[in-house]
Amino acid sequence: MRHLLSTRDLSRQDAIEILDVAEEMSAVGEREIKKLPALRGRTVVNLFFEDSTRTRISFEAAAKRLSADVITFAVKGSSVSKGESLKDTAQTLEAMSADAVVIRHWASGAPARLATSDWIDAAVINAGDGMHEHPTQALLDAFTLRRHWAKISGVPAIGSDLSSMAVTIVGDVLHSRVARSNLWLLKTLGASVTLVAPPTLVPVGAEAWPCRITYDLDEALAARPDAVMMLRLQAERMNAAFFPSTREYSRRWGFDDARLAALDTHGLEHTVIMHPGPMNRGLEISAGAADSPRSTVLAQVRNGVSVRMAALYLLLSGEHQATSVPATTQLTQENSR
Amino acid sequence: MNMPAPRPESVVSRVVLAEADIDRALTRIAHEILEANKGTTDLVLLGIPRRGYPLAQRLAAKIAAAEYQSTGISLDPSAIVGQLDVTMFRDDLRHHPTRPPLPTQLPPSGIDNKVVVLVDDVLYSGRTIRAALDALVDLGRPRAVRLAVLVDRGHRELPIRADHVGKNLPTSSVEKVRVHLAEIDAVDGHDVTEVIIEGPA
Repeated sequence: MRHLLSTRDLSRQDAIEILDVAEEMSAVGEREIKKLPALRGRTVVNLFFEDSTRTRISFEAAAKRLSADVITFAVKGSSVSKGESLKDTAQTLEAMSADAVVIRHWASGAPARLATSDWIDAAVINAGDGMHEHPTQALLDAFTLRRHWAKISGVPAIGSDLSSMAVTIVGDVLHSRVARSNLWLLKTLGASVTLVAPPTLVPVGAEAWPCRITYDLDEALAARPDAVMMLRLQAERMNAAFFPSTREYSRRWGFDDARLAALDTHGLEHTVIMHPGPMNRGLEISAGAADSPRSTVLAQVRNGVSVRMAALYLLLSGEHQATSVPATTQLTQENSR
Repeated sequence: MNMPAPRPESVVSRVVLAEADIDRALTRIAHEILEANKGTTDLVLLGIPRRGYPLAQRLAAKIAAAEYQSTGISLDPSAIVGQLDVTMFRDDLRHHPTRPPLPTQLPPSGIDNKVVVLVDDVLYSGRTIRAALDALVDLGRPRAVRLAVLVDRGHRELPIRADHVGKNLPTSSVEKVRVHLAEIDAVDGHDVTEVIIEGPA
């Protein structure tokens, strides 16, 4: 792995390796000294063209726990607002010898452009691009699900996948990069996915996706999912009317207290409610559901740091300039203990 | 059981320690540790993955058996063994393909004010032990740290020496010392315990 741009091109083996390493990283988070020297002297730049709380802080914490130097570059107050292009910004970072760039951009494909151009040598991690992908969010969701699954079935989480799990993703699928990344990753890990959304918020072409699509949340809940993932209604990306009113949306596609009670009547004692945050309480998720013991919202945030540590470690450690090491030294180092 | 596995023709391999030799060496090290520590008080064995950990388990079982024989106190071997992963503390992370870290598990007693014996299979450059010392500092403050290895093959690059050595094996640096332990290694489908040296023909 050189970059982490999407979960669509992530193999099952790579995905499980990231989750396994994240499992070891989370053990570090429980220690008194929550720091590892693995990335000492490496520089990680957080390049955020869009607002973010969780993802930015989480990447920053992850890089710092691995002893990397972190430069956070918020576009507000930078030369980008004077009209600097992505290329010039990238080359500036290259001149400062960044080893990894964590990029969030409002344009789908901006991280891929950065990774495939020769503007910069650094490893590129996609922290959310437009309506395309948000791979670390999907990985942390899978990590949370795998831990939950391992706990209730009493098997070790390490090395396992999500086969035979049923996950229902509900809400604004059209604008959601989280839904897309999760769909590909959950599929790769063997889970079955159901999308629930108003017809207007199902993207064109979604019928070709490897999932079931329904417009009725109550029907989807009756199908006994193991996890219900609520998506945020992305008002900032909505430039047209997709549904008559937020109250109607909330009643038909929101996870309210009645649906929380329905999980109990269906006898789904192990079903969890996930949300990538930030939550619109009272709109797509009720406060009762968000604060219920089924909610994994805070576990997701906590696991986010471990998963991002794993991604940074796997991308930044190891040899990238293999040719610079003479063959003879390589031979002796191979057996060094 | 101790037949060397078929290797590529340009490589010659020979068994230097067979299963019984390894067992005898571990028995002696177990008694040495007991003698140096004057019993099992505050003793913790930490194996360095992968092969240090099964060795630490074997040592702990021998220590528990010897202690029971001499004092009649029965000791749970698993209560004094742990695993210490040093991957993230290595100084050569950037010169190797990425290594996934392995779990670190400490015995329930922790390591503060304990006598920690690090256990590894082969002592060579000493760099793994340096990494292990760094990893230990982040986990607690042992009263003393000692080192037990199955094989010391020389060629040290750091001022580190072992307190307990199973066998000193003078080697050339082009040779490779491989330890196989039945717990994790199988050659041709058989679990084997042996130490072999591979070198160019």
